[in-house]
Amino acid sequence: MDFSLFLQNMVNGFSLGSMYALIAIGYTMVYGVLRLINFAHGDIMMVGAYVCFFGMVSLNLPFIAAVVFAVTICAALGIITDTIAYKPLRKAPRISLLITAIGISFLLENLFNVIFGSEPKAFIVPEYLQKVLTFGDVTVAMSAVLVPIITLILLAITLFILYRTKYGMAIRALAFDIHTVNLMGIDANLIIAIVFALGSMLAAIGGVFWSLNYPSIEPMMGVLIGLKAFAAAVLGGIGSVGGAVLGGFIIGFTEVVVVSLSPEFSGFKDAFAFIFLILILIFKPTGILGYNFEKSRF
Amino acid sequence: MRVPKITHIIFFALAVGFLVASHYIFDDYSLRVLNNIAIFIILAVSYNLINGVTGQFSLEPNGFVAVGAYVAALILLDADAKNYQFDLESPAAFVLWLHSSNFLLALLAAGVCATILALVLSFPVFRVRGDYLAIVTLGFGFIIKILAINYPSITNGSLGLSSIPQHATLYYTGGIAIISVIMVLNIVYSKFGRAMKAVRDDEDAALAMGVNTFAVKTTAFSTSAFLEGVGGGLWACSFASIVPNEFDFYLTFQLLIIIVLGGLGSMTGAILGTILVIGGGEWLRFLDEPISMFGHTFDAMPGLRMIVFSVILILVMLFAREGIFGKRELTDVARSAIKRLKR
Repeated sequence: MDFSLFLQNMVNGFSLGSMYALIAIGYTMVYGVLRLINFAHGDIMMVGAYVCFFGMVSLNLPFIAAVVFAVTICAALGIITDTIAYKPLRKAPRISLLITAIGISFLLENLFNVIFGSEPKAFIVPEYLQKVLTFGDVTVAMSAVLVPIITLILLAITLFILYRTKYGMAIRALAFDIHTVNLMGIDANLIIAIVFALGSMLAAIGGVFWSLNYPSIEPMMGVLIGLKAFAAAVLGGIGSVGGAVLGGFIIGFTEVVVVSLSPEFSGFKDAFAFIFLILILIFKPTGILGYNFEKSRF
Repeated sequence: MRVPKITHIIFFALAVGFLVASHYIFDDYSLRVLNNIAIFIILAVSYNLINGVTGQFSLEPNGFVAVGAYVAALILLDADAKNYQFDLESPAAFVLWLHSSNFLLALLAAGVCATILALVLSFPVFRVRGDYLAIVTLGFGFIIKILAINYPSITNGSLGLSSIPQHATLYYTGGIAIISVIMVLNIVYSKFGRAMKAVRDDEDAALAMGVNTFAVKTTAFSTSAFLEGVGGGLWACSFASIVPNEFDFYLTFQLLIIIVLGGLGSMTGAILGTILVIGGGEWLRFLDEPISMFGHTFDAMPGLRMIVFSVILILVMLFAREGIFGKRELTDVARSAIKRLKR
């Protein structure tokens, strides 16, 4: 592999991995506090992409304003789904929670299917992001450079919130033991709402970034991306935000590098996340940075 | 046996009677829906064995159904049909060699192949527990679908297989559904079934009491895989064509919804859940067509059916948390109702 191809792969892998990481954080935080595999999370990402698109087309918003609009709507949507579908089931068996999550996922997919049609729409990439940068032999689109940089900044902010602020401390405490947290005078429902808002905001940005790099949006786009991001979260160790970021990057890089090195495996691209996950879990059943939720519950 | 044998015989007679009578009562469309329901009863009841009774949160039935469907289809199609159908790549030698016109033999082979796969997979799968097991099995189910797409010399890739002989009439699907319900109930009420429930309720305690939990889980997994494979074979022979995308997560989620809606671990719950989800989903089809309401005709909105379905699903889960039957069977419910009447 010559150097320019290597650099190209690095940029692409970085870009893809950071998008998985953005979405995986939402999964891992919700799993951390509620022990719920939030199957609707990938669809919130899809909603983010759609809202941004229609903000630009129907409301004539500039790109940045449309992103802010999408982030706000998705944060609200995260809180609403929590209030309607998950909050009444806090004390119910976890499987009912999972089924309502699947229900919300079906609902969002089909709602967007009915309203906007099932055919893919071409996402509008603003001109300043379409510019192509040339470094010697390497040519990359502006968006492929900006996306991972902004993602890293967002990840830093998220980690700062989680590890340096009072709310972050409350979130981590909730993930550790939800019953004691209530006794300590923390409003668990408020913290869970914050977790959903934060995760959905990151998912919305992930969805917009995804659409910048692969400019075609459709109502079912969130399903597979969401599941791969969830695999990334489990791979890194579910419940750990650092693990989600690590898992996202591992899966992003693997997809890019394997497809680039041996194109005959490109048909298996979507399965890499799961193959990797299975291999890791066989040797380290709690993921790379995770701890065992099943055992630590008592 | 926990329930008196006479109730069993009555239920059996009612089921067989309904099966025979339905051919005289219903039209072709309803028979197709019933056929569909019968296949899903086999899938749901066998999925319930691993997920509801043994408590292992497997998300893999789609993989086993896919294996069963492909094995049955490849056995029943003859060499000419394969040569004619395979567009992407010419069929592999063993695929051409594989042929038998015996439908039941093909179903058996479908079940056996799924069982072998389950036995192999149980080694990596049961190294992990709980939600980790869910994501690992989800991954395997997905990998099986990807394999079906990427080996066109065996499966004809994403185009799938078609003109599979439609042997699976309602007599076959309904009959096999009845047999599999009896089979699963016999397992659940055997010594082995109690071990399964022990693993579900507290795996560590069961292990401490001398239950070989790995053997129990593997047996439950492969038994359920056998029936899912047979169900997949019936699927192929009833719809006459299969494509890999039919065996996506969506199928697993549908089965999960069915068994949770009916009540995890309850066989009558699984049957009722199937009737509600598959039959009800069919009944809601009118929503996808133009609707006249209050003298005004609304345009057809394809997809409205699924919106209504998901809203109903969320509402049912919010208000009936344990599903309709909980962990009980119809006979338990009937018995407690009789007790309450006597009082």
